[in-house]
Amino acid sequence: MSRDGRETRYEPADACASAAGAAAVTRPAGDTLIVEDLQTWFFTKAGVVKAVNGVSFGISKGEVMGLVGESGSGKSVTGFSVLGIVDPPGEIVGGSIRFQGRELVGLDEIAMRQIRGSRIAMIFQDPMMTLNPVLRIDTQMIEAIRAHARVSRAAAYARAREVLLKVGIASPDERLKAYPHQFSGGMRQRVAIAIALLNEPDLIIADEPTTALDVTIQAQILYEAQKLCRETGTALIWITHDLTVVAGLADRICVMYAGRDVEQGDVDAVLDHPMHPYTFGLIGSVPSRNRRGRPLHQIPGMTPSLLNLPPGCAFRARCDRASDECHREPPVLEYGCDRRARCFHPHFEGPS
Amino acid sequence: MSTTGEQARQAAAIAQSATVQTPLRRFLSDFFESKVATAAVAVFAIILFIAIFAPWISPQNPYDLMVVDVMDSRMPPGEKSLTGMTFVLGSDGAGRDMLSAIFYGLRTSLGVGVMSGIIALGIGMAVGLAAAYFGGRTDTLIMRVVDLQLSFPAILIALILLSILGKGVDKIIIALVIAQWAYYARTVRGSALVERSKEYIEAATCLALSHRRIVFRHLLPNVLPPLIVVGTLQTAHAISLEATLSFLGVGLPQTEPSLGLLISNGFEYMLSGKYWISFFPGVALLITIVSINLVGDQLRDVLNPRLER
Amino acid sequence: MSVFITRRILQSLVVVFVMSLLVFFGVNIVGDPVDMLINPEADQEDIEAAIRALGLDRPIHEQYWYFLVNALKGDLGKSFIFAEPALKLILQRMPATLELAFAAMFLAVVIGIPLGVFAGLRPHSKVSKTIMAGSILGFSLPTFWVGLMFIMIFAVMLGWLPSTGRGETTSLLGIQVSFLTLDGLSHLLLPALNLALFKMSLVIRLARAGTREVALQDYIKFARAKGLSPSRVVLVHVMKNILIPVVTVLGLELGGVIAFAVVTETVFAWPGMGKLLIDSIQLLDRPVVVAYLMITVLMFIVINLVVDILYSILDPRVRLKDVKS
Repeated sequence: MSRDGRETRYEPADACASAAGAAAVTRPAGDTLIVEDLQTWFFTKAGVVKAVNGVSFGISKGEVMGLVGESGSGKSVTGFSVLGIVDPPGEIVGGSIRFQGRELVGLDEIAMRQIRGSRIAMIFQDPMMTLNPVLRIDTQMIEAIRAHARVSRAAAYARAREVLLKVGIASPDERLKAYPHQFSGGMRQRVAIAIALLNEPDLIIADEPTTALDVTIQAQILYEAQKLCRETGTALIWITHDLTVVAGLADRICVMYAGRDVEQGDVDAVLDHPMHPYTFGLIGSVPSRNRRGRPLHQIPGMTPSLLNLPPGCAFRARCDRASDECHREPPVLEYGCDRRARCFHPHFEGPS
Repeated sequence: MSTTGEQARQAAAIAQSATVQTPLRRFLSDFFESKVATAAVAVFAIILFIAIFAPWISPQNPYDLMVVDVMDSRMPPGEKSLTGMTFVLGSDGAGRDMLSAIFYGLRTSLGVGVMSGIIALGIGMAVGLAAAYFGGRTDTLIMRVVDLQLSFPAILIALILLSILGKGVDKIIIALVIAQWAYYARTVRGSALVERSKEYIEAATCLALSHRRIVFRHLLPNVLPPLIVVGTLQTAHAISLEATLSFLGVGLPQTEPSLGLLISNGFEYMLSGKYWISFFPGVALLITIVSINLVGDQLRDVLNPRLER
Repeated sequence: MSVFITRRILQSLVVVFVMSLLVFFGVNIVGDPVDMLINPEADQEDIEAAIRALGLDRPIHEQYWYFLVNALKGDLGKSFIFAEPALKLILQRMPATLELAFAAMFLAVVIGIPLGVFAGLRPHSKVSKTIMAGSILGFSLPTFWVGLMFIMIFAVMLGWLPSTGRGETTSLLGIQVSFLTLDGLSHLLLPALNLALFKMSLVIRLARAGTREVALQDYIKFARAKGLSPSRVVLVHVMKNILIPVVTVLGLELGGVIAFAVVTETVFAWPGMGKLLIDSIQLLDRPVVVAYLMITVLMFIVINLVVDILYSILDPRVRLKDVKS
């Protein structure tokens, strides 16, 4: 059954190569945020939905990490968990989230609120839904500033105006007096981004912020996000299902499947030489990578229901490399200082 | 090979669950999941039984002048009559046993409520389906009338009608039907329009099925769930409305007292502390309406899949 | 905006016209107008004279024309009992009814909204379930029976509050009101609470449903992600969104409250126009019944019109739609 022998082995280029195949798993590293073995479960009537079930990653200052996966893989819940805004019946049941060295899991609500929107900000997927339709933009921006700093309304207004200009909104005074419905989708997302930037956070979690937008506006926003991280040193977690976005934007990538991180590492390394069969399939199904006229590659089957997920590798039912071994918990394989995958049968060749 | 085995197992599991869960069974199990709703159904069954069999289970016939003795009037609960019968819930101003009067009153109240509900439902359904199915001018005209009527409260419409028509069981049923048909029509039209825009109706039209077949075999079954919910809640409302109108003295005549009229008759005695003549019919009315409303609420929750439960 | 208002006013005029037709033909075709409009105790000669005076010997369309012209002049007939213009009788009693209706609406809102929002925020807590059970009771309890129980408990058994009449009234802008004196207020409390109960249940349900829906919206999560305090999220972000539907429904329900005041006024002998209606129906004083009907119809149409216009002002989204259409 061993495939390793007949294929050209992928050799990581960096200096940490010696760690390959090491038995002890190194802990995720990063100076801004370290998430370790995070478990966020939803206790529904039908049973326990393990939306996030053992996710680990780290992120450092100025770094952009792409958090990639299909719908329902737990990306968004991971983001909400970091901010501590998981709605019931959801609950963080295990693991740790350390932000600038401070443990956020179990932190009391008042302390958490001081971090939320101030040190860690979040941008949501649908710009049509993130702004309160019955409140004016100035109200929604000023309250975000005054929730964290004792400043006058006038000072808060000036700050709001300044940030709107920064995200490319012309005539901010007029815009501040408007209601959300008077804006286009792209404009609303810029406002949402501006709100995230108001308090100069150290970490921004962007949950598919460009999915609902036109391609041209998407490109502008991506460009601005990248620029922002370079200039201010803000760490950015960019949640998306779009690999092309990650390829252009992120420094690192973390691929999630059924509530787990299945593979992560440097973005070029992972995209050029995916190890986990899921990542492999995912990259294979990006249309631009396929030859014209050839049928697109696809991953067979569907995402499994997270309700009462059986133990073992969740991808095995869709995996062409699966064996009986896969009914057990797959090991975390480490290749290089930053490269890991959870699999019994990883690929060591590039995508075909 | 392990993959195909897994898929086969999954397929088998799906097939099995499909055979066990017929829609009716799932509905019943969802419905009786709530203890409150189960209790409400039981209570309503008892009330229905009393209403139907009132002449056979009442201690006396309260409207048989041979049995009722004015000497027994205004007896508090537990007292014995001249003939030795115990007034469990006391007696009224004419010496009638309150328990028997309540049993008979339930019969009248439920009868009027259910009857008017069924007729209003029938009319509303026909009109609503016609509006939704034919659309265009028919729809506009019908819905103008419905909207106009719904902008006036049912009690006002019923009051006015009864002030023109006069008292009587038939007249109050007419008034309740006219006051209520529009609710049904709006409900039916609303859900029929949603269904009509779906593709399967378009498919049925393309197959050149007859109007009648499309309306009755395709539209109607899908309109039924909301109609059942509205029907239940409206029936409770009709019973309450009838009681109110009878209390105001414009509903039923004294010869056919409903619970509302019993309460009204006891009003004058209440100020002198003889509470039971008004109180117990009120409790009976309350239990009836609450049990129907609880059933209706649970029906709405169960039949509306959008609602998070 | 002005196009919208003009259109709505025109629609309302049409409705007034249609309703006057219905009322007129209801009285003249379903009932016998001689019975309906002429004092049954009058002798034959008087009846003849009245028939001529009312134009009942003319063709029906001419009669309608008379009715319409007279109604426009504010003449809706004379009461048999009071021998006064019916319109005057009704207008005299209108302030009492309106005071009762507004007091009931006020109670329904100030008690109903906080309870409903609470039940919406914590749908599974014991308190919420109690609130919702209470609202089912409030929906199911017939108003008149609750009124009787109020009288029995608070007036007869406890003797805390009076059970009939308006009590002492004072003049406010030329209108007699009860709520400014202690005695008047004590008379107002029970009837207002009685009338409020049904609407309170409605407000609780609306507020709860609205809160549950709004609480799931992304913008509430986003507001929390901004680090706002829970009180600001609830009082500003949730409340402002649920207030629009609640206010709209309440506005539309004001008419219902005025109609249901008939019941409460009868129970508590509150001297309003509802009690006048019931008395008139029982005394066969038909001109008053007809006048009440026309006045109420007019009131309803005005209320609906005002609510529609207010709604378009309150909700910025509706304003936009209207500009487009």
